[in-house]
Amino acid sequence: MTVLCVVLIFHSAHGTITYWFGGWHPRNGIAIGISFSVEPLGAGIAALIGALMTAALVQSIDYFEEEVPPHFFVLMLVFLASMIGFALSSDLFNMFVFFELMSTAAFGLTGYRIEHRSVLQGAINFAVVNGIGAFLLLAGIALLYGRTGALNLAQIGQVLSRHGADGLVIVAFGLIVVGLLTKAGAVPFHFWLSDAYAVAPAPVCVLFAGVMSDLGLHAVGRVYWVAFSGVLGNGHADAVRGVLIGVGLLTALVGALMAFVQAGLKRMLAFIVISHVGIFLTAIGLLTARGLAGATVYVVADGLVKGALFCAVGHLARRVGHTDELIAHGRGRSLPLTGTVVALGALGLAILPPFGTFVAYSLVERGAGGLGYHWLPPLLAIATAVTGASVLRAAARIFLGLGPAEDDLLVAAPRGEEADEGMRAAPRRGFLLWGPAVALLVAGLGLGFAPGIAAHAVQHAERFVDRPAVARETLHGAPPAPLPHVHEQIGAAGYAYGAGSAILAVALAWIGLYRRRIPEAFRRAAGATAGPAVQRLKLLHDGVVGEYVTWLTAGAAAITGLLALLTR
Amino acid sequence: MSPRVRLGLFGVSAAVLACLFVWALTGLPQFGAFQGEYGRILNSAAGPERHVTNVVSAVTFDYRGFDTLGEEVLLFTAVMAVALLLREARSGDERRADAVRSDVVRAVGLFAVGPTVVMGLYVAAHGYLTPGGGFQGGVATASGLVLLYAAGRYRAYRAASPKTLIDFAEGTGVGTYVVVGLAGIVVGGSAFLENVVELGVKGTLASGGTIAILNAVSGLAVASACVLIFHEFLEELMTAK
Amino acid sequence: MSFLPYALAAWLFFVGLYGIVTSRHLVHLVVCLGVMQSSTYVLLLAIGYRTGKKAPIFTSGVPTKVGAVDPVVQALTLTDVVVSVVASALILALVIEIWKRSGKLCRCSAPPCSAQPAISCPHGSTTSSRLRSRQP
Repeated sequence: MTVLCVVLIFHSAHGTITYWFGGWHPRNGIAIGISFSVEPLGAGIAALIGALMTAALVQSIDYFEEEVPPHFFVLMLVFLASMIGFALSSDLFNMFVFFELMSTAAFGLTGYRIEHRSVLQGAINFAVVNGIGAFLLLAGIALLYGRTGALNLAQIGQVLSRHGADGLVIVAFGLIVVGLLTKAGAVPFHFWLSDAYAVAPAPVCVLFAGVMSDLGLHAVGRVYWVAFSGVLGNGHADAVRGVLIGVGLLTALVGALMAFVQAGLKRMLAFIVISHVGIFLTAIGLLTARGLAGATVYVVADGLVKGALFCAVGHLARRVGHTDELIAHGRGRSLPLTGTVVALGALGLAILPPFGTFVAYSLVERGAGGLGYHWLPPLLAIATAVTGASVLRAAARIFLGLGPAEDDLLVAAPRGEEADEGMRAAPRRGFLLWGPAVALLVAGLGLGFAPGIAAHAVQHAERFVDRPAVARETLHGAPPAPLPHVHEQIGAAGYAYGAGSAILAVALAWIGLYRRRIPEAFRRAAGATAGPAVQRLKLLHDGVVGEYVTWLTAGAAAITGLLALLTR
Repeated sequence: MSPRVRLGLFGVSAAVLACLFVWALTGLPQFGAFQGEYGRILNSAAGPERHVTNVVSAVTFDYRGFDTLGEEVLLFTAVMAVALLLREARSGDERRADAVRSDVVRAVGLFAVGPTVVMGLYVAAHGYLTPGGGFQGGVATASGLVLLYAAGRYRAYRAASPKTLIDFAEGTGVGTYVVVGLAGIVVGGSAFLENVVELGVKGTLASGGTIAILNAVSGLAVASACVLIFHEFLEELMTAK
Repeated sequence: MSFLPYALAAWLFFVGLYGIVTSRHLVHLVVCLGVMQSSTYVLLLAIGYRTGKKAPIFTSGVPTKVGAVDPVVQALTLTDVVVSVVASALILALVIEIWKRSGKLCRCSAPPCSAQPAISCPHGSTTSSRLRSRQP
């Protein structure tokens, strides 16, 4: 599957491949069937899905001590199919079907260890919140169908661009974005995510973290560019940009902060996923081709790195029996390789040049610079630094035994989430446990060395954001627009941010380990300012589904309301 | 967050959202005045092109047949997921006795089983001619089987729905859908899910080409999925006591 | 002709949402999700309705001239119904599991039960009690 998807990337480089199921080609420019549109960016994400699934399946051979029922693998394969379908489909309702299919398979996989209470809790939260997200998405689709009589994204775009942006268009856009962001786990729709990811088996988390969340964002990008850029693009782009970037930044910073105060590695990684979702959303929210290209490359590189981290955590859980950094303190000394993977992965998260994540970040940085948003890259770099620091700190505790073994700042993982994850009895063929981690890490970091990847991504993104040309190509079979010439050069500022983020990550990790060595007065001042806020933030994540739904409603009202206010 | 704060926050945001929603609804065409091109094209094209009288089934199984494949897989996934969630080894002390004591319920229930199943099969078989279709008929057929249980004939219900056979039926239903789809590529030499069968005479059972086949296999898959999910729940309850 | 079908969709949506937020019983929660989902059926079907037109089933052969209501929304609703069945089935599976463990379906974090001491809560607020106990 991975190989197929990589082939698709190169195949679709010459022009979008549009496939009409049932052979129902559009009539007079009106789509009557369902189509997949394969362009290099979507195919890249599909390739990422394939790679992560391969790694997850390989790891799950040795990960479970018990006999795994065949249902597990069936669900994994359905999950694979639905994610790829979601990434490639260009029909809004078909995307909804795949969205539900993806949720259903993921939900079954989350509840795999049903004997634990926290699993039941996490799975119910997951199902309810995602279900409501799906209704919002469907309500948006219904509104659009009522206006345009179309379900194909390109055709919706064609019809919408003939009229102005009125209430229906804005609210439909808001509802669809909120539905997709619920899947992605942006603040304040993220509560289910940390509950669910923390309780799913590690190989499943590889997929959840690596790509499921990011798919929601990729879909936001597609829906905006193909369907809405015509009607919202001229005149209202600033409003959309403001809302998306605002939500993105909030997500990036809240996620990073929450990640820093977790002791359980899986929950920490879940919050890192949230934080990085925020970064990608900001990048997409720039609403430029470069931002979109940066987000896509970032999703792929970062997805591979996060997948590697979850694989490594799975290995740790299997060998040590715990993934809580305070409990597993120093117990990982016998696993130097896994430790190295985790540390390198952390530096990858902290965008250390010249790795894959850094290349993607620099694209985003230049995209923001091009719009005059010079304040944006430093904020994003801080988020990456804090997430990198969390993992580095945990790695130092677990694999090197540094720092004290207790810390009242950190939130311990509830029982059942970590403790009985695996037995100490290490399987003899450990390779299947750590091999995928190494492979994913090498791929993720090595992506930065792929020649001209940034320029290629920008080229294809340029073509993707040209809505009228895309619509002509999809609906009338017109030849694709020629690829623009793009030259990408990483500037000095990019290197400065990358290096700065990595250094800051190491420094913050050190602070996390040796807080006690900081002078008392300084510590108290910091505690007084940040303490209550952090405490309150922690309390919000309390696992009550009614509360999560309240936040979802509030977030939906805020996002749609802001869009409405700013476009009026 | 205290309940009052939560309710307050919910009230305010729901009110805002409701206003926005109403604002959006005002942008819709007047009720009854919908002018969607898509539906109109299909309404006029489905009869001549696909030789069916029920356009909805043409949309479901042909024009948007790929959605329906997703739907079938969704049901299949649900069966898998429920089986995975409720997979704990069930102890042997199953309560085999029938729970219903009332003779009236038994009599009426048993009387209704036959008509329900026949009705379900009819609705499924004529899906592309009259209102109904594989999905609706499948659910009705499954409910006939479930009625056996409700009428207090647990043993009869078990006998009528052997798990392995139903499992097989479920797999066959979904699998055949994919095979018919692939036949579009292999035999038809063109696209996935493209029609490869003689279209037949409009208005008779032998019409619609692949629509008829897909309709039938969907009915099979849906009926067996419903029975399987019900089966899992029932087993769980039987052992929980 | 009438705004009532649309209003019904909006009403169902928000009533369902309110039910979920205040729900204290897991089966009630599933039913509320179902109510929300029905709002999408009503919305879809209402959008596709055309006054004076038939159902899109042309058995007698003539009525292509009369025209019919939109068939696409009906197909979409069919899919939507399946989605709803699947979602309820999955959540109910978990609910059965919870019920088997504890014999209760009450969500202890909701108002009327929150007066009870946390220990008697077999499920639900495990995470929150954990967080609170760690507060300095």
